[in-house]
Amino acid sequence: MRPYQVPIAVCGLALVWCGLQTAWGHAFPERSDPPAGATVAVAPALVRIWFDAALEPAFSSLRVQTARGQPIPHEEGQVDASNAALLTVRLPPLASGTYRVLWSVVARDGHRTEGTYTFTVQ
Amino acid sequence: MATIRSLSVVGLAWLLLLGLPTWSWAHGFAGQRFFPTTLAVDDPFVSDELSFLLSHTKEPRQGEEPPTGSTEFSVDYTKRLTPRLGLSLGGSYLHLNPEEGSTENGFGNLEVGAKYQLITLASAEALFSFGLTAEVGGTGARSVGAESVSTLSPSIFFGKGFGDLPETVPFLRPFALTGAFAANIPTRKQTVTTQVDPLSGDLSQETELHPITFSWGLTLQYNLQYLQAFVKDVGLGAPFNRMIPLVEFPMETCLNRGCGGQTTGTINPGIIWFGKYIELGAEATIPINSRSGKNVGALFLVHFFIDDLFPHSLGRPLFP
Repeated sequence: MRPYQVPIAVCGLALVWCGLQTAWGHAFPERSDPPAGATVAVAPALVRIWFDAALEPAFSSLRVQTARGQPIPHEEGQVDASNAALLTVRLPPLASGTYRVLWSVVARDGHRTEGTYTFTVQ
Repeated sequence: MATIRSLSVVGLAWLLLLGLPTWSWAHGFAGQRFFPTTLAVDDPFVSDELSFLLSHTKEPRQGEEPPTGSTEFSVDYTKRLTPRLGLSLGGSYLHLNPEEGSTENGFGNLEVGAKYQLITLASAEALFSFGLTAEVGGTGARSVGAESVSTLSPSIFFGKGFGDLPETVPFLRPFALTGAFAANIPTRKQTVTTQVDPLSGDLSQETELHPITFSWGLTLQYNLQYLQAFVKDVGLGAPFNRMIPLVEFPMETCLNRGCGGQTTGTINPGIIWFGKYIELGAEATIPINSRSGKNVGALFLVHFFIDDLFPHSLGRPLFP
């Protein structure tokens, strides 16, 4: 093996090994419904955010408020019972306007991530 | 016996620490902003990480040294002692291919460092750290340019995301700026080498000056994952939804001892992709002036998030 092939081989093996690991790590949002920055014609009954890692239900939350920061009365956001990577909250009927979604999650490995985005109901 | 008992106590304490639940942010986060590890400018955060960096460039002629193709493979490992304090160890292996003369291979000097993440402002997406790095002189091979003198580099680092810009400029919010500034202070002003002329037997002295330099580097990043998740879902799929186009500006200005005021550096446009456990990066290195080189070089990064790979053991701070 030539000298320059050693680091390439080490990195290659490490990459394969990473691919075989259990899904630990920070939870990043993969997609959401309504999507970030979207304008929807019909008020959504649910806000759902799919993550790339399983979440700790006891330490994960999802809230929705108006663009001015007034809370919307709704049930507590929760991790879906059948999909540990899905965070969801059921909403009351929403009037036209812009709403802010705020989420905070703890992945199974204990790493916390958080985020916020807005969507608009026409 | 006392030694065994002490080791047992330390081992027990370590096991207890591993068993404690913790919720931490770990690598590169300030609020919802994720700062990636950059290739040329040091990061403003502390984390458990392992980096492999491959660089290739052509060094310009320096005095009697001919233009030289330089390929360097670097490894850097950082371990957190506490959530805010990390120690790092780095090494490199160089392959030099001069236009005139034979090729040279060898290790560069070892680098050890400490960094403390002093400020993390979630709402402002801001980080501030300071640290001290030491290049240990004489640990590398002289044939590849490793200095015999050690250099101490006190440094400061910052990171700032622009997520707090007004909603009227949404597409500017994924931008982030990071910077690193260091004074590089050699532990000797000069090295005097005495040589004997093999023909005449005369003694001659050669003096090599070790100037103090100032490193200053900036990176400008545009985080597409931030755009998708927090600003506007524009429908990017994998792998583009985890990409961060960026430009790095690693610069160095000599302050004294024969080269005062001279600045060298490169402008490095490139791209980073980050996954759950790894980050990959590639950049071109474009010299800013003839003193910095004439040819475009390249940088490649493979980076492992040790805190995500081993969250309950190696990736935890020793004292969480």
